Amino acid sequence: MANLTMIQAITESLDQEMARDEKVLIFGEDVGKNGGVFRATQGLFDKYGENRVNDTPLAESGIGGMAFGLAVQGFRPVMEIQFFGFVFEVMDSIVGQMARTRYRTGGKLNLPAVIRSPFGGGVHTPEMHADSLEGLMAQSPGLKVVIPSNPYDAKGLLTSAIRDEDPVVFLEHMKLYRSFRDEVPEEQYTVPLGKAAVAKEGSDITIVAYGYMVREALKAAEQLEKDNVSAEVIDLRTVSPIDYETIVKSVEKTGHMVMVQEAQRQAGVGNVVISEVSQRAILSLEAPVGFVSAPDTVYPFGQIENTWLPNAKDITAAAKKAVEF
Amino acid sequence: MAKQPVDYEALLSSIEASFPMVQILDKDGNVVNKDIMPDLSDDELVELMTRMVWSRVLHERSMALARQGRLGFYAPTMGQEASQLASHFAFKKQDWLYPGYRDIPQLIQHGLSVPKAFLWSRGHVEGNNYPEDLHAMAPQIIIGAQYIQAMGNAVGQKFAGKEDEVTFTYTGDGGSSQGDVYEGMNFAGRYKAPIVFYIQNNGYAISTPRHKQSAANTLAQKAAAAGIPGVQVDGMDPLAVYAVSKQAREWAAAGNGPVLIETITSRFGPHSTSGDDPTRYREQESFDYWAQRDPLVRFRNYLKEKGLWNDEKEEELIEKTKEEIKQAAKEADQAPKMKVSEFLKNMHGEPGQNIIEQIEKYEAKESK
Repeated sequence: MANLTMIQAITESLDQEMARDEKVLIFGEDVGKNGGVFRATQGLFDKYGENRVNDTPLAESGIGGMAFGLAVQGFRPVMEIQFFGFVFEVMDSIVGQMARTRYRTGGKLNLPAVIRSPFGGGVHTPEMHADSLEGLMAQSPGLKVVIPSNPYDAKGLLTSAIRDEDPVVFLEHMKLYRSFRDEVPEEQYTVPLGKAAVAKEGSDITIVAYGYMVREALKAAEQLEKDNVSAEVIDLRTVSPIDYETIVKSVEKTGHMVMVQEAQRQAGVGNVVISEVSQRAILSLEAPVGFVSAPDTVYPFGQIENTWLPNAKDITAAAKKAVEF
Repeated sequence: MAKQPVDYEALLSSIEASFPMVQILDKDGNVVNKDIMPDLSDDELVELMTRMVWSRVLHERSMALARQGRLGFYAPTMGQEASQLASHFAFKKQDWLYPGYRDIPQLIQHGLSVPKAFLWSRGHVEGNNYPEDLHAMAPQIIIGAQYIQAMGNAVGQKFAGKEDEVTFTYTGDGGSSQGDVYEGMNFAGRYKAPIVFYIQNNGYAISTPRHKQSAANTLAQKAAAAGIPGVQVDGMDPLAVYAVSKQAREWAAAGNGPVLIETITSRFGPHSTSGDDPTRYREQESFDYWAQRDPLVRFRNYLKEKGLWNDEKEEELIEKTKEEIKQAAKEADQAPKMKVSEFLKNMHGEPGQNIIEQIEKYEAKESK
């Protein structure tokens, strides 16, 4: 066991997977000698050489095409998009090409690529760095979309993502990179894709969250505890496909639910979670499902970020409204 | 007045001078540049002509089958036989082909069966289910995507240390305006990847003429932006297309990096069978001009002159090809009916809850 930040856990997963499988290749903008703009690939260039960890030209679409062709040639590409706001440059490669390949070839050809990319607010980045665009990915058949909320999950989920036979978008929240440490086993382990985790058990209300919002949901749960409301916090971990079983089981127990996302209300995956819960567990619900999200504007200018982003206070209020309905 | 720091006019004309057009046979089949005549045996020359005639018949039959509703999407190839078949002729079985949607003849010559090509046209998954030894991707609909993917494929061949194996890919004149086309060439140059890029310039992207795509005088010169060699070739001249393709393949296979080849060609008919009328955007003079430059006519003349070809041989070939295509269309009719449950199973190796639930639902429906 070591006490690691999420970024260290990510590096450890990459390092161990590269050591285990020589077909794993890492590439992107400044991931080589520089070790990535967040140090996620620190030391890997020196350890594995330029053919396995290499700096590409500055062109996201080209990076996506490279991942595609490398996968056809039997490699397991782990490409990086420096910030997920830049995904628009490479939407075709991810959604139009990689995600469709297995279907398109009648199951003959699969595309085992991982698309790693940082996103998320609260660290005062410039424009188009922090946007939550996981909803676009989650709406694309053929992709798995993973968003860890802590160092332990980050390592295990990334290892699973690299070993998965299909394209996985792995989104890393920038505010979680170094904000806290976790006990992380040194040996390799996997956390299954498509499975949610109960981050905290409770009996009065189910709070479903992912990414940095899991931290805020846990803070809210602590506050609610003081007011004698026992909240169960579910961390989705994978936002496509979603583990409805775990959510429904919890809602059947608590009878109340709040969905929490950092993305705008019209974006993210909250709407689909609420829709599925209403189809699967309406008779268990004692109140309308609450929805905590950002307002439907463009991602905010840096100085108003903290007013705009949803937080523990919003979650506490929504949870109280639901249980007092 | 101070002298201008740069002479722009001189700069532009020096760029143009760097991209001359390569030609070996003139429009009548006379050899105009014997110094660069490719080293092809009589049998190989006949084989190349055979493939070009086969492609012309495939085109004619495909148009007819599309009219009868027995094919779906089809992008006509008539006129581009030298550009398509003579370029493919320079590559080897182990090379990887990333075709555009008009590049069906190359795909078939690379090993795709005609029934599968027809199933692709009709919109059947079996058309994309390729045998292991066919080193090719299904025709790419997103114009430019094949360039970046082929680049990645070539980088993979290099990283894997594969010897005497390259990648080749095609787009059109309109495609040369796409960002992915530039990115593909630029990455390939940076990685010195073994790949040959083709721009088949047939003068039109649907109705938009070539000069509305770019102020560049040649499309071959776009290679300069990537720091790689660019060549313009008479795309109606099979020997010139073959000669530059062979050289490009050798250059790439030897580890020197990519090459861009622009073939100057023409499609004699519409853009696709999806209802466009070329007479709306093209003058009769243009059709007449290119009809006189038919690659089959000039190659036929050249081979007849050498005593390697005659009308009887061609008639026989045409009849044989028609029969094969007829059989292929019948064979395509035998493809199993597609099922939604099969597609659900082909979404992921390890499906999520949504897919598992839907497989159950559709299997129940399909068993009724």
